Amino acid sequence: MLDTGRRVATPEGIELSLSIAGPVPRALAWVIDLLVRLAILGAAAMLLGLFGGLGWGIVLLLAFFLEWLFPAWCEVRWGGATPGKKAFDLVVLNDDGTPVRWPAAMARNLLRAIDFLPVGYGIGLAAMLTSRDFKRLGDLAAGTVVVYREPRRGGYAVPAAAPLAPPIPLTLAEQRAVLDFAERSPSLTKERAGELAALAPALTGAADGDTAAERLMRVANHLLGRF
Amino acid sequence: MRQADFESRYSEDWRALEAWLEAREKLARRRGEAAPNAGLSDAAFPEAYRRACQHLALARDRQYSPDLVDRLNDLALRGHHVLYGASAPRGWARSAAFLLAGFPELVRRERVLVAAAALLFFAPLATLTAVLQWFPDFVHFVLDGRTLAQFQEMYGAGNARLGMREADDNVAMFGFYIWNNVKIGFQTFATGLAFGLGALFFLLYNGVLIGATAGYLTQIGLAAPFWSFVAGHSALELMAIVVSGAAGLRLGAALIAPGNRSRRAALVAAAHPAVRLMYGAACMFVLAAFVEAFWSPLTVVPAPVKYAVGGALWLLVTGWLAFGGRRGA
Repeated sequence: MLDTGRRVATPEGIELSLSIAGPVPRALAWVIDLLVRLAILGAAAMLLGLFGGLGWGIVLLLAFFLEWLFPAWCEVRWGGATPGKKAFDLVVLNDDGTPVRWPAAMARNLLRAIDFLPVGYGIGLAAMLTSRDFKRLGDLAAGTVVVYREPRRGGYAVPAAAPLAPPIPLTLAEQRAVLDFAERSPSLTKERAGELAALAPALTGAADGDTAAERLMRVANHLLGRF
Repeated sequence: MRQADFESRYSEDWRALEAWLEAREKLARRRGEAAPNAGLSDAAFPEAYRRACQHLALARDRQYSPDLVDRLNDLALRGHHVLYGASAPRGWARSAAFLLAGFPELVRRERVLVAAAALLFFAPLATLTAVLQWFPDFVHFVLDGRTLAQFQEMYGAGNARLGMREADDNVAMFGFYIWNNVKIGFQTFATGLAFGLGALFFLLYNGVLIGATAGYLTQIGLAAPFWSFVAGHSALELMAIVVSGAAGLRLGAALIAPGNRSRRAALVAAAHPAVRLMYGAACMFVLAAFVEAFWSPLTVVPAPVKYAVGGALWLLVTGWLAFGGRRGA
């Protein structure tokens, strides 16, 4: 399938799905990190600059730590994400879906030194576009992926309706399609829901519009096993 | 079993697991606080997690609604993170043990690459230093006039602190050396990923640059201030560059000769020792910066003392790399 999902097998014999983040959110996250870094350095320079050479020494040390060690620290100790990644709901994980530890985090952050060549992360972008999981070279060597953190949702429960047995037997895939429709219908306009429901005349008895949508919703309730 | 049945039967378990995970994730953020007991005991977690995994598999297989599958996937993913991501905090003792024993062992295990990096770095350095004694004009092929004038100022007569210009300050220079030198080390390492070419370039380039500087200053009669300045930190700093280069070559070598693995797998396998080499190199750079900022510029210390200290540090560094971590040695 042509999507950005990635499945990882766990020792429990199940597959977890991860959704890989592409170059654009990652670039935006990087911009936020850059701004955070500049803000901290700017504030430090204004304050510590008053202390002359001593202050500048500390500012340079701070610049070093913020550039190389801080991102790695965030990824290991702060839930797998730098402030920019947090803002875009991104998180760094190992290829097998486990949280990163120091060696991998350091590898991917040290290797930024090659990814940002020749200008503006050119090599990193090229690597991301040619690898399967949008990996820059640092990710390739460290064996890490950047994925979306699943937002904690309240859940779109299927709206309740009087259950109605489908007039014909449905395959699993067909049942799944009906459930998909029922789950999403609260976020669709009434007209669109009607249009979609009318695509399954065998289930809706060739009714159209609202009636079709309602019938399909009742079938979904039946499939869920509600009484 | 229909979905509604399934949900009503197990949703209590899922809620308990969810509450435990939430408490645990908060705990990870705020260290040292006791976990609020949320129905599920820590010992019961693995079982609850495995059950959630089984429920996820069932829900997928029975084509339950995507929302339920997503919810269970999220639960299993978070449980997976906690169960397999847990790492015991590494104390300072382990870091110290790595520096004293693990790192030298690693350097010896990669001795072929370390030797190659040392050759690439020290050969141009020594050659250029020597050549400039007989052909002083050759320096203009390597360094431009402004740089040379700067070096003259830094080591010239009347400068109270060697290797610095009048306006510089020790702490500022310490910060600068860390920021600049460690960055050069990281660059040497990272560009090694390009089939070793970047590491090759930076090793040669820095060798040529340092050799030209040393040769030029020796030839124009500033040998004493220059060599007494660099003596102290030379062992740590130059060896740190060599180790960084070797770490970069390690990455490049994995791509050139991946052996039985795919190139990608070989790279992942090489990244681990390479990064550990860089931990050691970074520590060496920091120590070198400390010596370079606070000891090397002192003019009150007579030059012979500085040479003695520098020599002692060379012995110490090579001894550490050659014998550190050997049993019974």
